Amino acid sequence: MSATEGAHPGLNIAHPHAQAQEETETALFGFWVFLMSDAVIFALLFATYGVMLPATVGGPTPATVYEIGPAFLETLILLTSSFTFGLASIAMKHDAPCRRILGWMGATLVLGLAFLALEVRDFITMFAQGATPMRSGYLSSFFALVPLHGLHVAAGCLWLVVMMAQVVVFGLDGRVRINTLRLGLFWHFLDIIWIALFSVVYLQGLIR
Amino acid sequence: MTSSKADAAREVRSYAIGYLLALLLTGFAFGAVYWRVASATTTFGIVLGLGLVQMVVHFRFFLHITLGKSSRADLQLILFSTLIIALMVSGTLVILFNLHHRMM
Repeated sequence: MSATEGAHPGLNIAHPHAQAQEETETALFGFWVFLMSDAVIFALLFATYGVMLPATVGGPTPATVYEIGPAFLETLILLTSSFTFGLASIAMKHDAPCRRILGWMGATLVLGLAFLALEVRDFITMFAQGATPMRSGYLSSFFALVPLHGLHVAAGCLWLVVMMAQVVVFGLDGRVRINTLRLGLFWHFLDIIWIALFSVVYLQGLIR
Repeated sequence: MTSSKADAAREVRSYAIGYLLALLLTGFAFGAVYWRVASATTTFGIVLGLGLVQMVVHFRFFLHITLGKSSRADLQLILFSTLIIALMVSGTLVILFNLHHRMM
């Protein structure tokens, strides 16, 4: 039992022998490499945002266009979706009925879509205040950074739909399990990017 | 079967701990800004500090990156990427703010 200690939830693929375990770890390591290169893209957009922050050319400033309420709500929703995805991967690891796994994945999907809806509503409000990407260097860098995260969440939602369909059609075979684990890493990673986003973009902009 | 059930319960507990810690840290960060507990610079420092702690919490409880042997390769990859990111971001900020200063 100690072999599964500290392993990713779900690492016991259909036959929990050493070779399958090792193959899963290799597959997930490859996905980690992708995630870290994605993190570099985000980090450089963060750096651009930091440099562009004073470049408002008399237009809207962070303090006038950000709202703390929606940002907090979006944070809570994304955090909860990470938790529900965690419950889905635990259910998958312990061969819970498909119904329960699909339920937790469905809950994650609903939360992801709610997050996207709130974020789009934020952008519409900003556009109505004249805060468009064309207005200033600050807003260009904002709209390069924050919607890129939203785009990742949208891709994650699409991937969730695909994985739910695969669970229904193929059942929980080895490939479906590995891909669900990858999706889990992706989803939790997006949550970590969001921590940086709300700290550096929203909270920094709202500090007075 | 019972040990599997105990495993599942332990894992759910681990995720729940991570979730609670993340909620607390998020709440503190937003609260510090909302109620203006300190001066602007100090508040920004607090927010960044809480954000870093929350990232570690997410890596530990959601992504299962521990100091144990099973995730050693992942941990090394993450630490190396963090080094690269720190170099590129701080380098960008130092050079461009310095340039900005000189152009004034």
